[in-house]
Amino acid sequence: MKMRFLKTAGFYLLVAVIIVESVFPFYYAVLTAFKSGNAIFHVDYWPTSFSLSNYAAVLTQGVFARNILNSLFVACVTVALSLVLGTTAAYALARFRFGGRKLLLFAILSVSMFPQVAVLAGLFEVIRALGLYNSLWSLVLSYLIFTLPFTVWVLTAFLRDMPRGLEEAAIMDGASPLRILVQIFLPLTAPAMVTTGLLAFITAWNEFLFALTFTSNDTQRTVPVAIALLSGATEFEVPWGNIMAASVIVTVPLVVLVLIFQRRIVSGLTAGAIKG
Amino acid sequence: MAAGFAGHLSAILRGRRFAVLLFLTPMLVTLAAIAAWPLIRTILYGFTNASLSDLDAARFIGFRNYLDTLTLRSGRTVHTGLLADPVWWQAVWNTLRFAAISVSVETVFGTIIALVLNQRFPGRGLVRAAVLIPWAVPTIVSAKIWAWMMNDQFGILNDMLTRVGLLSHPIAWTASPDTAFLAVLIVDIWKSTPFMALLILAGLQMLPRDVYEAARVDGVSPFRAFFDITLPLIRPALLVAVIFRALDALRIFDLIYVLTPNNARTETMSVFAQQNLFSFDKFAYGSAASTLLFLVVALITILFVTLGHLDPERET
Amino acid sequence: MHTRWKERSRSATRLVTQLALSLFAVLGSVALAQAANIAMVSGSVGNDLKTLRHFVAEFQKKTGDHVSIVTMPSSSTDQFAQFRLWLAARDPDIDVYQTDIVWAPQLASSFVDLKPYVKNSLADVFPMILASQTVGGKLVAVPMFADAPALYYRKDLLEKYKKPVPQTWEELAATAKTIMAGERAAGKSRLWGFVFQGAAYEGLTCNALEWMRAEGAGNIVEKDGRITVYSDKTVKVLDMARGWIGTIAPEGVLSYQEEESRGVWQTGNAAFMRNWPYAYPLGESAGSLIKGEFDIAPLPAGAEGGIHAGTLGGWSLAVSRYSRHKDVAIKLVEFLTSKAVQKERAIMSARLPTLKSLYDDPEITAKQPIIGRMKASLENAVARPSAVTGANYNEVSADFWTAVHNTLAGDGSAKDNLELLEAKLGRLKGAGW
Repeated sequence: MKMRFLKTAGFYLLVAVIIVESVFPFYYAVLTAFKSGNAIFHVDYWPTSFSLSNYAAVLTQGVFARNILNSLFVACVTVALSLVLGTTAAYALARFRFGGRKLLLFAILSVSMFPQVAVLAGLFEVIRALGLYNSLWSLVLSYLIFTLPFTVWVLTAFLRDMPRGLEEAAIMDGASPLRILVQIFLPLTAPAMVTTGLLAFITAWNEFLFALTFTSNDTQRTVPVAIALLSGATEFEVPWGNIMAASVIVTVPLVVLVLIFQRRIVSGLTAGAIKG
Repeated sequence: MAAGFAGHLSAILRGRRFAVLLFLTPMLVTLAAIAAWPLIRTILYGFTNASLSDLDAARFIGFRNYLDTLTLRSGRTVHTGLLADPVWWQAVWNTLRFAAISVSVETVFGTIIALVLNQRFPGRGLVRAAVLIPWAVPTIVSAKIWAWMMNDQFGILNDMLTRVGLLSHPIAWTASPDTAFLAVLIVDIWKSTPFMALLILAGLQMLPRDVYEAARVDGVSPFRAFFDITLPLIRPALLVAVIFRALDALRIFDLIYVLTPNNARTETMSVFAQQNLFSFDKFAYGSAASTLLFLVVALITILFVTLGHLDPERET
Repeated sequence: MHTRWKERSRSATRLVTQLALSLFAVLGSVALAQAANIAMVSGSVGNDLKTLRHFVAEFQKKTGDHVSIVTMPSSSTDQFAQFRLWLAARDPDIDVYQTDIVWAPQLASSFVDLKPYVKNSLADVFPMILASQTVGGKLVAVPMFADAPALYYRKDLLEKYKKPVPQTWEELAATAKTIMAGERAAGKSRLWGFVFQGAAYEGLTCNALEWMRAEGAGNIVEKDGRITVYSDKTVKVLDMARGWIGTIAPEGVLSYQEEESRGVWQTGNAAFMRNWPYAYPLGESAGSLIKGEFDIAPLPAGAEGGIHAGTLGGWSLAVSRYSRHKDVAIKLVEFLTSKAVQKERAIMSARLPTLKSLYDDPEITAKQPIIGRMKASLENAVARPSAVTGANYNEVSADFWTAVHNTLAGDGSAKDNLELLEAKLGRLKGAGW
């Protein structure tokens, strides 16, 4: 009996540790963001104040609000493009046998293993040739490197699992491939598309290196770079309150998104990994 | 009649095939333009003396960025180049060390969390949601939050450890060369363990429950059950998770750049390459470093794939 | 339903018409005004930035064009890296660049040749300064104001120990040693003989170049491209400097830039300092511990009658090749470097003009006497080999300051470090700069 009790207690202790360890840093950021002025320099474990001054400061001074819009724009357009390009390609790869298909799939997948810095020099050259430096389109284009392979792969696996006979009737009727894709498969792949779209959104939202390299003014920057470069009035002052406020502003929507779509995201991640 | 029908069908299919393969083109062209071509250009730049001051005036110089021999007036020879650069090798060592330690720790912690989440207990949903939070927080944000927690003067980490008595005086976690590496590890482990946990959990959830019933009836202890039954069965899922994490760890840039900039003890290959490309005026040198990093990652990927007998189309 | 549609279409037409009319008006006014919007990037801070804004406002009033000033973080290395990146990316957002004297020649291929636009004042510019901004016959940037370092010395200490202002580096070392010994014996334990900029950065290249030119040991890379950095003379020079560390200069000097050395000097803890003229008014400001106790002189020469060498500094203005309003940009550059503006700037902020004739101007001499005193230093200034090495200058300088820093820190002998440097520069040069 005692053994039983100890085991259960030990188990719940472990659970508590896991919860605290996972949540505490974010909780502390929220705590700090609500402190104002010099209260920040005093270490507190529980909320002591509730001031919105940091949030007001970070949203009104500088261009942080604009940075959020930039990130939103880039992430949405990236997702849209990935889905369009990815779905059409996945359809071809999933429903048709042709020589070298496996190799092609593997090659596409291998792109996601490129170190970002390995394409950085060459991509810089492409961006400058297209005259896209410092434009948000340079980011949209670059982010497809990560989002496309993953999207193609997951959607291909998804489409491949669908029964063979689905499109036969439509073929008999002489429907064009585009029609078949849009009218038959698109509705069926909707859940997979939501998942890959979400994951692509999160990837694009978080990206740092390309955003750092291809944009140069504050008004063109995206959120990760803006937060990384948040500086105070002098060279030596680090505005922790503002940084935490900015962090919270940017993270809360993501956390909410992730919690709502938990199941989809988890299945998307694991489908991507396990099915491969 | 049947033969005619079959011939008709195949004719349609052939026409369709072309049209459908056309679907592949936009995606392939995009990937070629933003992935394949830039990679080739980076590799080519590594063989030139390109400088950002005048990219168009780059001249081909062969392997000189990789290894070069200078003969001094006195006859002494000196080696320069990436392969003779102690800073590069330090970066390589930092990267390998970081990847090995972080992936191992994340695998162990991830397995523990996965095992917990695999049990049915009240509040399981809450735990799963909580565990997802580190993964949801953007990398830069986690770097900043932890930098704040690890602040040497106002950081809560120092405060906690001092109160508990583990520290006698505050440590500058991210600045001090001895602890910077540990700081980066801590943040990465915090951030990436959820990912490992989820993948391993997926593997666990596919295991048949009756095997455990049988083991329990036979009086096998949970520990033995884990090592003798569970572990072998989730090996494929574990391997996939480890590969993914290892590749990410080898390429890591964001965390190091934001948390411990300009620190020789934590500089990874990606950071080394990026600094040479854009901060120091060594564009060609940075390109060569990027190429080497690519080769290392490619090699390890191939190794893992062949060792793990992975197949992109295998059904689990 | 139908009437609602009609209503909507009517209001839509009205809206479209209004839009079209206002668009016409805007376009019309734009066509009439032809006022352009250009951007100038400047790394100036404090007083210099204020002065710049003053002149830019004047320009805007005169021409009706709008100039926005893009400011940069204070680190000059970061500034240069960013300029280089913008130009490499062919960014048209910046029209005018304020460049340090060694930057424009490195980025020569990205700048417009400004020689045809400033033909008239060319003869009045100090030849050395002009040459430093000329690459292959092309004037890549127009000099705006110049800078040359001086030797700061403590009048009171020289008087006390009855020593004259040192004319050679050897004399300086001896005098500094005497003063240090005497003052330390008297209880001033923190006093050092000589502080300069010894950190591993561009400033060290300047300092070391001065020592070398003073002893007639060459210019690292000569005007014709020859690499002269390794010779008996250069080895002797670096050995001499190495001897100062720990004896007359603190070990910490190996991490000093301009401000750190000024910090030691202005708190009265150094007998001699090498620094730019900006430290003069700061040393004379209220609250300075050395107010009234110091003066400046040309930097020492070498033992065998070499030159009193100070490295040429200063800022110039360049026009980007990728600018969409080159004509307006060029007008701005002409304005900011014109004789009238340079005179006003000299009086306002004591910045050294680049035009010879202004040094005889009575108004300037009356209001900012230091300018007249610096004329000799400017005329004898030595230029870093940025024009001859072009795009490679950054790496040449970095290799040079690394070799010097290593020697000063005791990491390898002067001979070994310079020998390696010679080979590296030779490799960099290849067939030709």
